[in-house]
Amino acid sequence: MRVDPMEGVTALPVAEPRPWGRLRAGGLPVIPLGIITTFVLIAILAPLISPADPEEQSLRNRFRPPVWDERGSWQHPLGTDRLGRDMLSRIFYGSRVSLTAGVVTVLLASAFGAAVGLVAGYYGGRVDAVLMRLTDATMSFPVILLALILAVTVGPSFANVVVAIAVILWARYARVIRGQVLTLMELDFIAQARIAGAGAWRVISRHLLPNTLNTLVVLVTLQIGYVIIVEASLSFLGAGIPPPTPAWGSMIAEGREFVTSAWWVSFFPGLAILLVVLAFNLLGDWLRDTLDPKLRQL
Amino acid sequence: MRSPASARPPVIEVRDLRTHLVTRWGTVKAVDGVSFAVREGETLGLVGESGSGKSMTCLSIVRLTPRSASGVLEGTVLLDGDELLTKSEKEMQRIRGRKVAMILQDPMSSLNPVFSIGMQLREPVAAYHGLRGATLRRRAAELLASVRIPSPEARLRAFPHQLSGGMRQRVVGAMAIAAPPRLLIADEPTTSLDLTIQAQYLGLLKELQERHRFAMIFVTHNLGIVAKMCEQVAVMYAGRIVEMGPVREIFTSPRHPYTQALLESVPRLGAKLDRLMAIEGQPPDLARLPAGCAFAARCPKVMDRCVEAPPEMAVAPGHSSRCWLQAPA
Repeated sequence: MRVDPMEGVTALPVAEPRPWGRLRAGGLPVIPLGIITTFVLIAILAPLISPADPEEQSLRNRFRPPVWDERGSWQHPLGTDRLGRDMLSRIFYGSRVSLTAGVVTVLLASAFGAAVGLVAGYYGGRVDAVLMRLTDATMSFPVILLALILAVTVGPSFANVVVAIAVILWARYARVIRGQVLTLMELDFIAQARIAGAGAWRVISRHLLPNTLNTLVVLVTLQIGYVIIVEASLSFLGAGIPPPTPAWGSMIAEGREFVTSAWWVSFFPGLAILLVVLAFNLLGDWLRDTLDPKLRQL
Repeated sequence: MRSPASARPPVIEVRDLRTHLVTRWGTVKAVDGVSFAVREGETLGLVGESGSGKSMTCLSIVRLTPRSASGVLEGTVLLDGDELLTKSEKEMQRIRGRKVAMILQDPMSSLNPVFSIGMQLREPVAAYHGLRGATLRRRAAELLASVRIPSPEARLRAFPHQLSGGMRQRVVGAMAIAAPPRLLIADEPTTSLDLTIQAQYLGLLKELQERHRFAMIFVTHNLGIVAKMCEQVAVMYAGRIVEMGPVREIFTSPRHPYTQALLESVPRLGAKLDRLMAIEGQPPDLARLPAGCAFAARCPKVMDRCVEAPPEMAVAPGHSSRCWLQAPA
């Protein structure tokens, strides 16, 4: 007796795939997105919207308070620092340093780290053991120390900050991605791909990487905030962006002696860091909950 | 007019295949001297308990045994007379999918969740036949239609999670016959499908085999399916084939005590049975196999001679058993 293969098979309507449907479902995180968009626009448009040149000194105008203070003026809405430079303009320009450092560093680190994680997880065995020991070693090295060494030996620069952070940060991506790859490797579609004749490159690029993208996106977003803080810490310690380029970290450092008399010099860059980092963290949390609730530990 | 079965050369011929894996617990003799051959359009059922080496035999044929465990992979695997075990990895990649295809057990994870059915189906078709654009799309839809998926054009845009298990397993089937292959290995393809879908899927596999004339190795522990699907049966125990022969003979006159026990453990309607017969004991540890017959410890007919490993003995034309019971007195 032959069973009719069509028996009992009914055509169901196929829902149109909406790849972004999930992202919209719970409503967008308006506040974090708003803060990030604002700061990105500020960074791009800094030369157009800044009321003054951020590096122009005016010793007669030192320590001008913000506009709402009775000694303040609209000429310097957030006051001036100890060299009479316009605070608002410096914060505008400082956003360029922080955002570029955050994005560039995280992209470098995630690309390298994900590659290491994919290779380690795919090949397993000795390759995995060697790469993961390297990862462990990297993770045990403090970022700040490496950046200080670089600053002392090569001199502080934007490139050194990015390199110092990325050289350490990739390890985290390698760890997380390798873990995911190990789980994916157990699934039949990987075996099925290899049975269909796929080589290592094909399995990694077509099957493993696309299935780890959710995790990567979440981790990248969460880490941008972290990198901005590390960059600010380095600039605060004088191992970051060298003066006179305005960077939020070094602005806080410059103002710290005068906190009692001219609080605004340290306060406003600090507020800027707080807002941006908070926004990236909230966005990251939201992405994690939306894309992959299993990633709670990140 | 087809030539008689015996005159046609086998599509796949395996001789004395040995797959030993070196693990932390010792050397596991997962496959230990397995030989069989399957001709065009025929199906060999590979039966046995979990861990008897069925799946490992199949993976050894396509050389996809676990890489983390170094070990032995030796013997002879001839695909249309062409030795596979000495091929380079690059050559194997051109054989996998094109000449030997495989369907695995779990339809829930056998498709990549992030790509549409169409994308996943077009990939092998493009690779095997060099098709592009509209021709490629049409061929993909044809393949879906050939595994009896309704409204294939629309299904191409669906994602795996939008399809049922049975549907997904059909899609995997469509990918497997994209070449079409000379040998299809089905490793318990219906185990996780419910019964009506199982019957449909088995019917579909038979239909595809009649159309494409591929040889098939059907791995299962379900003897009912074997009776329906296979011409030949090989019963595996502890990495060896303990009995092999035409399906009718194995069912009517099983010779090896293990085969007999397997058949007795299948409940049958109408048979007077107070309780189901189970095989006592556990399958042996493949890392610490006894020197003699591996089944001796559980065998109801064990004899003194069983401390020596029994050779393969012919009991009828095309029917052999590895048991001293068949030894000439």
